[in-house]
Amino acid sequence: MRRHLAIALEIAVPIALLVIWGVWSASGDTFYFPPLTDILQKFQELWLFDRVGSDVLPSLQRLFLGYLIACAVAVAIGIPLGLNPLLRRATSPIVEFLRAIPPPALLPFAIVVLGVGNAGKVFLIAFVCVWPVLLNTIDGVTGIDPTLRETARSYGVSGRDRLLRIVLPAASPQIFAGMRTSLSLALILMVISEMVASTNGIGFFVLQSQRSFAIPEMWAGILLLGLLGYALNLIFLLVERRVLAWHRGARASALG
Amino acid sequence: MLEVSQLGKTYGEGENATHAIGSISFGIEEKEFVCVVGPSGCGKTTLLKCMSGLLEPSTGSTALKGRTVDGPPPEMALVFQEYSRSLLPWMSVRGNVTLPLRHKKLGKGETARLVEEAVEAVGLAAFIDRYPWELSGGMQQRVAIARALAYQPEILLMDEPFASVDAQTRGDLEDLVLQVREQFGVTVLFVTHDIDESVYLADRIVVLTPSPTEVREVLTVDLPHPRDQVDTKELPEFARLRAHVYRLIKREQSGGEEDATTGGRAGGERTDRDRVRG
Amino acid sequence: MAVACALALWEAAVRSRALSDTSFPPMTETVAELGRQLGTGAFWTALLNTLEGWALGLGLAILLAVPAGILVGSSRLAYRALRVPIEFLRPIPSVALIPLAVLVYGTGLESKVFLAVFASFWPLFVQTMYGVQDVDPVVTDTARSFGLGRFERIWRIRLPAAVPYIATGVRISSAVALILAVTAELVIGSAGLGRSISVAQSGGAIDVMYALIIATGILGWLLNILATSGERRVLHWHPSQRELPA
Repeated sequence: MRRHLAIALEIAVPIALLVIWGVWSASGDTFYFPPLTDILQKFQELWLFDRVGSDVLPSLQRLFLGYLIACAVAVAIGIPLGLNPLLRRATSPIVEFLRAIPPPALLPFAIVVLGVGNAGKVFLIAFVCVWPVLLNTIDGVTGIDPTLRETARSYGVSGRDRLLRIVLPAASPQIFAGMRTSLSLALILMVISEMVASTNGIGFFVLQSQRSFAIPEMWAGILLLGLLGYALNLIFLLVERRVLAWHRGARASALG
Repeated sequence: MLEVSQLGKTYGEGENATHAIGSISFGIEEKEFVCVVGPSGCGKTTLLKCMSGLLEPSTGSTALKGRTVDGPPPEMALVFQEYSRSLLPWMSVRGNVTLPLRHKKLGKGETARLVEEAVEAVGLAAFIDRYPWELSGGMQQRVAIARALAYQPEILLMDEPFASVDAQTRGDLEDLVLQVREQFGVTVLFVTHDIDESVYLADRIVVLTPSPTEVREVLTVDLPHPRDQVDTKELPEFARLRAHVYRLIKREQSGGEEDATTGGRAGGERTDRDRVRG
Repeated sequence: MAVACALALWEAAVRSRALSDTSFPPMTETVAELGRQLGTGAFWTALLNTLEGWALGLGLAILLAVPAGILVGSSRLAYRALRVPIEFLRPIPSVALIPLAVLVYGTGLESKVFLAVFASFWPLFVQTMYGVQDVDPVVTDTARSFGLGRFERIWRIRLPAAVPYIATGVRISSAVALILAVTAELVIGSAGLGRSISVAQSGGAIDVMYALIIATGILGWLLNILATSGERRVLHWHPSQRELPA
């Protein structure tokens, strides 16, 4: 009985919330909270598919470029750092300081050095997204089971094989955890950088709409960003599930 | 073939030093099956790690066919107790068994053949493309053994490999090891705390003392081959050997053993080296 | 030691014109500027403004997220009911709401706090929820068999078990709150270090900008240490601590 109640609630509550929002916004005449129907209409006008080329694609390009650069660099640096305790200790203070700088504070720096074009934004995204992946890579590598390491040593597995077939796969669950955090960071930074220093992009669009009091458009933009966040997260989880299928299997059997 | 000379291992310095191993010396002949038994915590695993080159001893050395071991030698293969942690979960059985062979540069065909032979020898041919976590504990340990065999070692070092496996599976695995030894002609050094197991499997048994560990005694086991889980264990000689080892470990034996043994040294004397066969 | 190397490298790179000196001031000058800033009242005012936003944001987030997390975590029904809306709201980048905040709250402290609270609510809420849910069912069953009522079970078993998770959540949320506070200052222009940095940049005072960025970094670093050591102290008796990807 409780199970059925739970399932019913799962379906009913979100719908109910949407309905409430729809009704409340339609009835009231707050300027800042236009009727849901208006927002949805604007949404369809803008994003399906009028402004995809002018705003959505540039945004996504910057996002993915910065994100992928960050992941590549982080893993490339993280693995040697994870394997070499001396190196790790030496670089640790710098890493700790750089990662603690609140990302928005770096935006002016990026602007000064690289200008207001794409380079600055991509750099910002990449620079900030490096840290979660880097730290998780290091943790993943240092956390490799000693038995695994001894097995590799005793069988003389070394060099490229050790790196690609043992170290990297062993650390990958942890690396993926870091990459997931970085993905949401990338989205946030993309929006911030577009709000401050851009002439196109979703973030720019939303801020512009607010400044010109095109409120339903603003909300449509916010909605798009929310959907984007949700979709990116979902896609990431699907990819992770495939790549780490072995990990889930191993953990499931380990837990009984 | 393998010579351990006055191997010792101490952790720490001065007053807080832990003497894991005092001084151990013994030898292993080719194609012998030697079991190492001792009370819990007597440094058996440490001994194995020193012998295989994974750990550096504080004193003494190990020599494999005359050459000192200072790193894992290619003629040696190791099987650990924690099989689930020594197999790579992201590779299939085939992948796991193939991995150590990759740097041996034998060519694809030859490597595949070795892998398939080894997996077949442990009875897992039908599971060769499964993943370790899809297999039971006993089967995973078989994979570890297959991996060791495919490596074509001359000597197999096994560290309490069946301790984490249930009793019935253990019997099957013990027989498997004996059979594999016959089939592949490897020398085996088998560490265990299970006295029955050691008597069942061994040609010779090295009994260790508690820490600081030294060799208490080396016995020859003259039970007939092929061994059988039921028949061999019914033999009076089995019971006698078992009792003897048990008492050695429990340190209850008073000096002087009455019955004439077939080649074992009697008494509570510590023997440094015993190569004499009965 | 590596820090000294990095600093020396920076100095050398600028002096030797390897890095253009219009965009990168020499390290020595930056450090000097930083020292100078520390002597100005304006700097400390800005710092306090940022801290104010951070503290209010984090504090409100804690007040809202912890009880909510406990409530939703302890009730399977509530969790199931709210799961979908939560999964939708969570990934919304808080910065997307900046224009909304400006509309409703203007460009002052309230906007900053609103954004900080919205952003730092989620990690803390989720962590609390997971922490409360993570209790071994054997323990709760035992408690039930001893006749502990629902509230008592929450108070005596789930809550202590959740504390390490909450501590981790506070650490994450603290960082998030600082980021949003500085973001609001940068984008909207609320008073604080973020705005000072932006002003310096657009006014061409590059060494001031760098000095302030470093100062902000130090602030972030200090707050991080504070949160981490607090977390560690709460955790030191706990056998394991799992951090979930926030």
